Amino acid sequence: MEALKAEGTQHIFGIPGGANLPIYDAVHDAEITHIQARHEQGAGHMAEGYAKASGRVGVAFATSGPGATNLVTPIADAIMDSVPTVFITGQVRTELIGTDGFQEADVNGITMPVVKHSLMVQDPRKIPEYVHSAFHIASTGRPGPVLVDVPQDLSRADIEYEPMTETPILPGYKPSTEGNIKQIRLAAKALANAQRPVIYAGGGVINANASDELRELCLSDNFPVTCTVMGLGGFPAPHDQWLGMLGMHGTRTANYSMDNADLIIAVGARFDDRITGKLSEFAPRAKFVHIDIDPAEISKNVPAHIPIVGDAKEVLPKLTKEYRAIKADRTRLDAWWDQIRAWRKEYPLGYEDSSDDEIKPQRMIQAMYAATEGDAIITSDVGQHQMWCAQYYDFDKPRRWINSGGLGTMGFGLPSAIGAKVACPDETVVCLAGDGSLIMTCQEFATAVRHDIPIKVFLMNNGYFGMVRQWQELFWDGRYSSVEMGPSPDWPKLAEAFGARGMMVDDKNEVEAAMREALATEGPVLLDVRVTKDENCYPMIPAGAAARDMVG
Amino acid sequence: MEAGTPDLIKLEDLDAAAGALTGRKHVLSILVENRPGVLARIAGLFSRRGFNIDTLAVGPTEDPEISRITLTVDGAVHPIDQVTKQLHKLVNVIKIRDMEPGETIAREMALFKVSAPIESRAEIMQFAEIFRAKIVDVSRRSLTIEVTGSADKIEAFERMIRPHGLIEMVRTGEVAIARSKPDN
Repeated sequence: MEALKAEGTQHIFGIPGGANLPIYDAVHDAEITHIQARHEQGAGHMAEGYAKASGRVGVAFATSGPGATNLVTPIADAIMDSVPTVFITGQVRTELIGTDGFQEADVNGITMPVVKHSLMVQDPRKIPEYVHSAFHIASTGRPGPVLVDVPQDLSRADIEYEPMTETPILPGYKPSTEGNIKQIRLAAKALANAQRPVIYAGGGVINANASDELRELCLSDNFPVTCTVMGLGGFPAPHDQWLGMLGMHGTRTANYSMDNADLIIAVGARFDDRITGKLSEFAPRAKFVHIDIDPAEISKNVPAHIPIVGDAKEVLPKLTKEYRAIKADRTRLDAWWDQIRAWRKEYPLGYEDSSDDEIKPQRMIQAMYAATEGDAIITSDVGQHQMWCAQYYDFDKPRRWINSGGLGTMGFGLPSAIGAKVACPDETVVCLAGDGSLIMTCQEFATAVRHDIPIKVFLMNNGYFGMVRQWQELFWDGRYSSVEMGPSPDWPKLAEAFGARGMMVDDKNEVEAAMREALATEGPVLLDVRVTKDENCYPMIPAGAAARDMVG
Repeated sequence: MEAGTPDLIKLEDLDAAAGALTGRKHVLSILVENRPGVLARIAGLFSRRGFNIDTLAVGPTEDPEISRITLTVDGAVHPIDQVTKQLHKLVNVIKIRDMEPGETIAREMALFKVSAPIESRAEIMQFAEIFRAKIVDVSRRSLTIEVTGSADKIEAFERMIRPHGLIEMVRTGEVAIARSKPDN
């Protein structure tokens, strides 16, 4: 506990149980706020939301066995999206380990494939060192989840805490951050020689707090820029140089630009299949500069021509400086921009609004942007609503868009909103939920009410697992299978049953006003927004197709 | 390379160096912290990334805090730079050396139990002698032979002995050490 405080921890999310009783006894006296979740998965996502909103390490506690196994989803989520998190689990007493004791699970083994690192305490005197190591590993290099498993008898031991001032000694862990200057220089020269460059930025820019540095690079010339779903807010949208998001549900302009580019600068992005589509036809004319803190990401999916291992915050200013020194001819990009502007004009993002008062989901996002005046932290579940929000809500700052990009965890929105609000109490925090997702973690309304965490949940309610329904419609001949939600709960009543306020709106002319009312209401609020049931999210690159074959 | 000069490179001249298959066997010598679970982490990494380990040998080093894992991977199937970079991400992995074939002494030991009735026994013993192998156990029907050498040598011995009736074979997996540089 002293070690956690020394790391600056102010908030912990968790649930007590038998094996972590001694830890919770210490919580009693610690000057740390403990947020009692209602399911360990919720606690884990809260820690993630906390970390994503603030950049600080998120911490979650769980007991042994089922408590610990309930954390597996958030841990896997955190490794996929590189979220700095520390998970501290209770374990059965040392003499019971390996005996199938009550509430025993080998959480170390179960989580091994999805942690950045894990530490099993065997000597109580090592607990402070392990906690400090866990924070160090979670928050440096490419961030990620670290598990510390503490047997009950060892967490009970009375040990003297001696403050650790130095970085823990980890002989096998030395992330390199600077970036090789020769490679950076080469990249600057490649940029100066490129006729059709695109800057493609991912969540690494957000994690590195390097959005200012990214903007500097983009504005050092008239470089077109696109972001992944994890990178949104890394470059201020809207902007003349902003192409929109790229990838499966990205804009045609962004995807066609990638397809036609002669040089792509990837920054903190990992060429995921949702970006590349058919790998062999991805950006076939381009050479790649790949800047990433994790050397293993470079050339993993797409071979890099100029690999640069380093922290975006350190590398980007050097690249900008080298590029500016060249004084490249700006007009060389004019023809490229003529082409991009033509795409923009021909393929703007758009939808057909209803002729009556039905709420189109895209319109709901536009209303949300208007009601929040673009100034809020938005967390999201996973599915169509997430993609519509990524398309239609212009994020102009980093850490304002919190969602589960890599693992695609439904139910992420509500608990991560709670975590974000705890981290940033002065910000408006809105959870954009899907009805399929929200029901997976809706018990966390109790957490929000109990701790008076005034999050606003805007539920995009279409009565379906909408994205799955869309795929069944488009790629499975409309043979709908288990996608209809059937009799859903009465959402406003459910919110009220938890002690939150519940509201409903089904008229497109009233959505924004209803949202404004929800935002102005104290305490947690759920606004059930009834939207078109069978709207599809377009444009899209069908799975395994090339970017130029976008549909919709 | 000079800073501030734009025209020294052409995009067409840039090559992607990494991600290529080398087409040969690689011997990776990996120093790891001697902690519980390290082998599980490495084995798990290989299985979840879809890499195959051909052979694996684990043992202590001159430093009790550090163990050495020697493993061989087929570079014709897996991009070896991706394998080593993923291994490097494991916090307990201290150092990885991709052993250069020409500058490495690699050895493996194998034990063969061979059916050896009187009529073929002399011939088998002769093979053993050619391969500088040792007879380590004898019974009325079988011989147990210890062979040490490169993987190629062990495989050659296996081919010779198999027609005589190979009852059981046990191999350690290769261990390797770099050749010392010449003194002058």
